[in-house]
Amino acid sequence: MVGQRKWNRRIAAFVFLLPALIGLAAFQLLPMASSVIISFSDWDLLSKWTQIHFIGWDNYADVFKDDKSYTSIKNIFIFLIGYMPFITVLGTFFAVLLNRNIRGIKFYRAAVFVPVITSWVAVSIVWRWLLNGQSGLVNYLLSLVGIQGPIWLQDDFWAMVAIIAVTVWKDIGFVSIILLAGLQDISDDYYEAADLDGASAWRKLWQITIPLLSPTLFFVVTISLINSFQLFDQVLIMTNGGPAGATSTIVEQVYRNAFQFNKMGFAAAQSWVLFVIIFSVTMVMQWLQRRWVVYER
Amino acid sequence: MLKKSGITMLLIIMVFLSACGSNNGNNAESSAPASSSSPSESASASPSESPSASKEPVTIKALMYTPNGGQEETMKAMVDAFQAANTDVTVDVEVVPYADYETKLNTLLASGSAPDIFEVGYENFRKYAEKDLLLDLNPSIEADASFDPGIYKKLAYDAFNYNGKQMGVTESFSDVVLYYNKDLFDAKGLAYPDASWTWKEELEAAQKLTDAKAGVWGTYAPIQFYEFYKTIGQNGGGVWDAGGKPTINSPANVEALQWMIDKASKYKVSPALNDDTFNQPDADLNAFVAGKIAMVRFGIWNFGRFKDAPFKWDIALEPGNTQKAHHFFADGLTASKTTKHADAVWRFLKFYTSDPAAVSKRIEAGWSVPAVADDAVMEAYYKQTPPESKKIVTEALDSLVLPPVGPKPEMWGEFTGAVGEELDKAKFGKSTAQEALDAAQKKVEELLSK
Repeated sequence: MVGQRKWNRRIAAFVFLLPALIGLAAFQLLPMASSVIISFSDWDLLSKWTQIHFIGWDNYADVFKDDKSYTSIKNIFIFLIGYMPFITVLGTFFAVLLNRNIRGIKFYRAAVFVPVITSWVAVSIVWRWLLNGQSGLVNYLLSLVGIQGPIWLQDDFWAMVAIIAVTVWKDIGFVSIILLAGLQDISDDYYEAADLDGASAWRKLWQITIPLLSPTLFFVVTISLINSFQLFDQVLIMTNGGPAGATSTIVEQVYRNAFQFNKMGFAAAQSWVLFVIIFSVTMVMQWLQRRWVVYER
Repeated sequence: MLKKSGITMLLIIMVFLSACGSNNGNNAESSAPASSSSPSESASASPSESPSASKEPVTIKALMYTPNGGQEETMKAMVDAFQAANTDVTVDVEVVPYADYETKLNTLLASGSAPDIFEVGYENFRKYAEKDLLLDLNPSIEADASFDPGIYKKLAYDAFNYNGKQMGVTESFSDVVLYYNKDLFDAKGLAYPDASWTWKEELEAAQKLTDAKAGVWGTYAPIQFYEFYKTIGQNGGGVWDAGGKPTINSPANVEALQWMIDKASKYKVSPALNDDTFNQPDADLNAFVAGKIAMVRFGIWNFGRFKDAPFKWDIALEPGNTQKAHHFFADGLTASKTTKHADAVWRFLKFYTSDPAAVSKRIEAGWSVPAVADDAVMEAYYKQTPPESKKIVTEALDSLVLPPVGPKPEMWGEFTGAVGEELDKAKFGKSTAQEALDAAQKKVEELLSK
């Protein structure tokens, strides 16, 4: 009898999950599985199935022979060097600022979060205007304080700086809201005890806040890393990978090879290489977390 | 209370921002003046050609790029004229900007939801024909007793013939010529450009016409692949030799690229190469309308755009260095091999490309030149002014250069991408003209060896 009931519950659970599972299978698992097959073929998007040849590991070999693959990976690491410190430090800073009971705090929290829910396409177009080298608002404001701004998106150094800055601006809300939740999870008891012992604010930050926030920080860092490797929308619209490939990214290369050069097999191989990179980075992060992440319980 | 107001505010800002976003997109794509021709004019056109209207009603889908950016209304009027004459057929046209067109079309073809009819430029036609994606029109042509291929210019009609199979019909051709602002020339007392001009005369005039303080530039041409293959043609160079081997880094080509760069960086008669405004789409068109460029190269499909320009302008042949060279583009309509309405498709192709009711609308709107053989049509085209020197459009054809498709048409996208990237490096001063073209040569050789 009990077994029967258990089965009924399992079937019920499965039925309720079915709509989600169908979507997952049709739009995630199936494309993923077919991309593995495609990555070993020379499919060019227009050929019929009968015209496709399977060419073994050739696509993967080509990925490692392709200069542009290396450039795009290098660009991602440059992006990470600029992006990660800013997003974590500034995110923590904003989270601390927002973790207060002052008038209008809801407004400030909402304001910080607004860029997150705005479409990347819309903000990229707006930022392209703001960053226009000749007539953009950013350079006008800089000129008021006597600085001649660079031609942001046409200069291979400043284009990357601009991409980093805009991405930090857009993601900071997400990171600080998550960290804010982490902060609010820290019990006041610790701070009261520290106050009784006469600990300085600095000391409280390093001995209480940071360690107890570290699981949240770990989550934020991991998510930001994964997202960074998938950098695409803002690059495509703001610089289109330019000038002369200076902001080309891995996903941008995948898109270009797949849909503009019709090299579906090559692009599929490229995206699996990207998967391996992201997977290894995440594994390294998991391994490192033992050294700095403190779990309360 | 506070919580609620916070969420409300968030929602308001969200809606506001997303509205901004979509507006931007729309503005960019619909900046065109409406065409003068109205659909009703055409209702009575050519009723005699209308086949029996008792057939079962069908809807055919079409994908196009040429109407984008100003001629959407003209295209609609042409389609309405067709529907009036063929009441059993409804044509559902989708217009996509050229930059996204191929990506969209390829995806539709790959997913098995190809439109019945789609536009293809001559440079892409062979690729689709080779992949066996196009409908062979020969059966329809043979069955159509009223059709005579002689109504088209032979060269244009044959351009869409693949191994003896007619797989498309040229709807129009267009070229690129030199536009100049007469008022700016008059102000400096300079003679207008004419057929005898070379790069030297262009430069001399441009130096006198440039007024950097007022933001007026003597001459302008973008640095990208299409401009490159034309400009090297003006210097006696080319992308391929007679045997189909790449010759991208030939001395004539290097010299031509150097000239393209020098106009901005050495002689300063063109906007700086890293000028943000001039790297935006359509910036050159807008600058010409604003009277900020004296000489510039545009396609003839832009005539309508400058109809109301507050200054006098005309066109001339492009100056060349050792010889003349002009872009030539032929756009055709092709049908998908999977279409279920071959008969309706053929009727539309024939009507849209050659019927007087459709062709006259193309001409009235100052769009492009229909590929029909009838001289009266060309006369009507020449009569539409401005520009006064409209015959230049035909004269330019004496020195046309076709898109250099090369030995592997299916690699056109990758090939133009590879060369374009090296041109970009030269443009931004990352490499010299010689280095850039050496690198491009190497890349193309690698592509061909695959």
